[in-house]
Amino acid sequence: MFKVTIDNQQVDVEEGTTILQAARMIGGKVVPPAMCYYSKLRGSGGKCRTCLVKVAQSSAKDPRPMPKLVASCSTPVQDGMVVQNLTSPEVVEARKAIVEFLLLNHPLDCPVCDQAGECDLQDLSFRYGMEETGSEEDRREFPVTDIGDKIKLHMNRCILCYRCVYTADQLTDKRLHGVLYRGDVSEIGTFIQQAVTNNFSGNMIDVCPVGALTDKTFRFKSRVWFLNPMNAHRDCPSCSGNVTAWMFGNEIYRVTGRKNQYGELEEFICNECRFEKKDPGDWVIEGPRHIKRQSVISANHYERMKKQSVIKPIEGIMEDPE
Amino acid sequence: MGGKILLAGIEIPGIRGFDVYRANGGYAAVEKALREMTPAQVNAEVTRSGLRGRGGAGFPTGLKWSFLDRKSDKPRYLICNADESEPGTFKDRYLMHHLPHRLIEGLIISSFALGVKTCYIYIRGEFKYLVGVLEKAIAEAHHHGYLGEHILKTDFSLNIYVHPGAGAYICGEETALLESLEGKRGNPRIKPPFPAFKGLYGCPTVVNNVETLATVGPIIGMGGEEYSKLGKGKSTGTKLISACGNINNPGVYEIELGLPVEDFIYAPEYCNGIANDKYLKAVIPGGSSVPILPADLILSTAKGEKRLMSYESLSEGDFLTGTMLGSGGFIVFDEDACIVRNTWNLAHFYRHESCGQCSPCREGTGWMEKVLYKIEHGQGKMSDIDLLVRISKNIEGNTICPLGDAAAWPVASAIRHFRHEFEEHVLHPAEVLEKERRLSASFAV
Repeated sequence: MFKVTIDNQQVDVEEGTTILQAARMIGGKVVPPAMCYYSKLRGSGGKCRTCLVKVAQSSAKDPRPMPKLVASCSTPVQDGMVVQNLTSPEVVEARKAIVEFLLLNHPLDCPVCDQAGECDLQDLSFRYGMEETGSEEDRREFPVTDIGDKIKLHMNRCILCYRCVYTADQLTDKRLHGVLYRGDVSEIGTFIQQAVTNNFSGNMIDVCPVGALTDKTFRFKSRVWFLNPMNAHRDCPSCSGNVTAWMFGNEIYRVTGRKNQYGELEEFICNECRFEKKDPGDWVIEGPRHIKRQSVISANHYERMKKQSVIKPIEGIMEDPE
Repeated sequence: MGGKILLAGIEIPGIRGFDVYRANGGYAAVEKALREMTPAQVNAEVTRSGLRGRGGAGFPTGLKWSFLDRKSDKPRYLICNADESEPGTFKDRYLMHHLPHRLIEGLIISSFALGVKTCYIYIRGEFKYLVGVLEKAIAEAHHHGYLGEHILKTDFSLNIYVHPGAGAYICGEETALLESLEGKRGNPRIKPPFPAFKGLYGCPTVVNNVETLATVGPIIGMGGEEYSKLGKGKSTGTKLISACGNINNPGVYEIELGLPVEDFIYAPEYCNGIANDKYLKAVIPGGSSVPILPADLILSTAKGEKRLMSYESLSEGDFLTGTMLGSGGFIVFDEDACIVRNTWNLAHFYRHESCGQCSPCREGTGWMEKVLYKIEHGQGKMSDIDLLVRISKNIEGNTICPLGDAAAWPVASAIRHFRHEFEEHVLHPAEVLEKERRLSASFAV
């Protein structure tokens, strides 16, 4: 077991754990944000650089700090490592810069984007970003590509996290899309226009941190915060059938996988559950899902406050009001 | 000035062929290494020589080789990085074109030292004509028993393959090179694991520059001790410098490290002074990604000492008043050169060559290019100059691979040393544009 200190909080972790995973074991505000890392996808991470942290002490044996900020999602911990996340001004500055870079060519069309309200980039810029940017340039635009009748690709919003590529690689039998070209014109596409049809391809929508991949069956139907996310299940031959049904009254507007507190799917679901089963009769509704208080979806949803959710200072750090 | 070691015999007609090369002492080092030495002894000689990586970073080669995972039972690979794409650097091309057997010789000895049975030369796609030259040299070496099974009747076997890239600057970064060699998209890998443990196909791998590997032959020939006497301090031996820009004699020169920069620019046997009797304005001494230095700082350090062509002397004063030896792409600017235009040109290059994997580099390089374009074309604002400094600072050190740094350094250093020129572009755009128009008209005869 390795002892790691992150923002003055100590945790014991197994060898081979990354800094980000160790931070998630502590929980709360010490967890660096992650836009490209996805714990269930092998090889993901290291690309968006939002999870950069400062290693003030490499290990107990080698107390020197690491010369550069490191990506916490892909750096394994050492015994006696001391990591600074929010306690390092350098990290806070770098994170502001990264948010600025990510938003540089993002169209900011949140008012018409289906992802708004559950968008990781929205949350990230709200928490860590600056109020204004120095950029006056035109934003990058891509021609519209059609990748099938179920998934809408909106390349202008993409932050090239590669999550959907890994999903298609690791979940489906054949990947039909990938990253084309390079640099700031690189884009997600199928190259020769064809539909992404695999039965598990819909999970690309759920892993996408922004509104680049959205559900065509739910397009412009409703804002997510008007809907009630309900746990539901059905007997599905190809997946677990455990889903979140987004309901308005007795109608199911859309079906997604169940996401945990870091926005990652607990289980991947099949396209049949996601796109075809919109009749409440298809599902056994279990009950409402817990919603984070700070989420826009929680507006007008009243829950009994739990004891822990009272804000209490722990060593100068506010606990996340989960 | 230091005897020609790496380029020895380059003037002999037909040295590109095996027979002439062999007749002039070629492959003697291979015989010496394979017949008289053990791999450990070859490693020790290379360490003793103090040879440092010639690709740009200047990391000691002996130390790099010692990191190779020798406990693993997987095959090991040696990769010769011939993806020379840095603007201003053309030394490897020259070496491979004229002395392909010097490289093959170095590869055989290095592979012997590292216990490698398969070696790849990853060559830049644009060097298509060199693929034939190298493959011919490899075939000749095979024919004479220096490659293949049981070389010189020893237990050592080696095959060398030439693999052309598809023309991406980023594939010169060692992990992107490995990805490309495996047939994937040339995106740099996230380190750790380092190639010495998990490189090509997940096996222990050493990636070295062409010049570094070619130098191993002469080192074994003359002995590491003897080689380390050349040069100055920790910058041992000789280095190929590709000089270009506004000088009288552009070309590739082999210099002994420690040569004063002033001598290199003005001596008749090297650059022979600035062309058209103009004044020296600035120099990028190590390929486009290292910081640019104005004339006074390139000729002498901030402390007033003579600036020498060596790893230490050029980086004296860090980035505030120093630069780097880098890959040895020596770019000289005369008094008429527009630093803003040059910086914009470089920013354009890095924007085009960014792989687009990590956000600071993908977005930042494009942003810098756009702002520099505005300044160069007379639409800039004063605040844009500080904005450029801020962007370059935000990219630097926050990216996966060093391309982000390489894109940020030229911009940051150009503003550091030539801020007045940027300001002039902002304040008097009409005059500056008119001056540039007149100058370019005078060249177009």
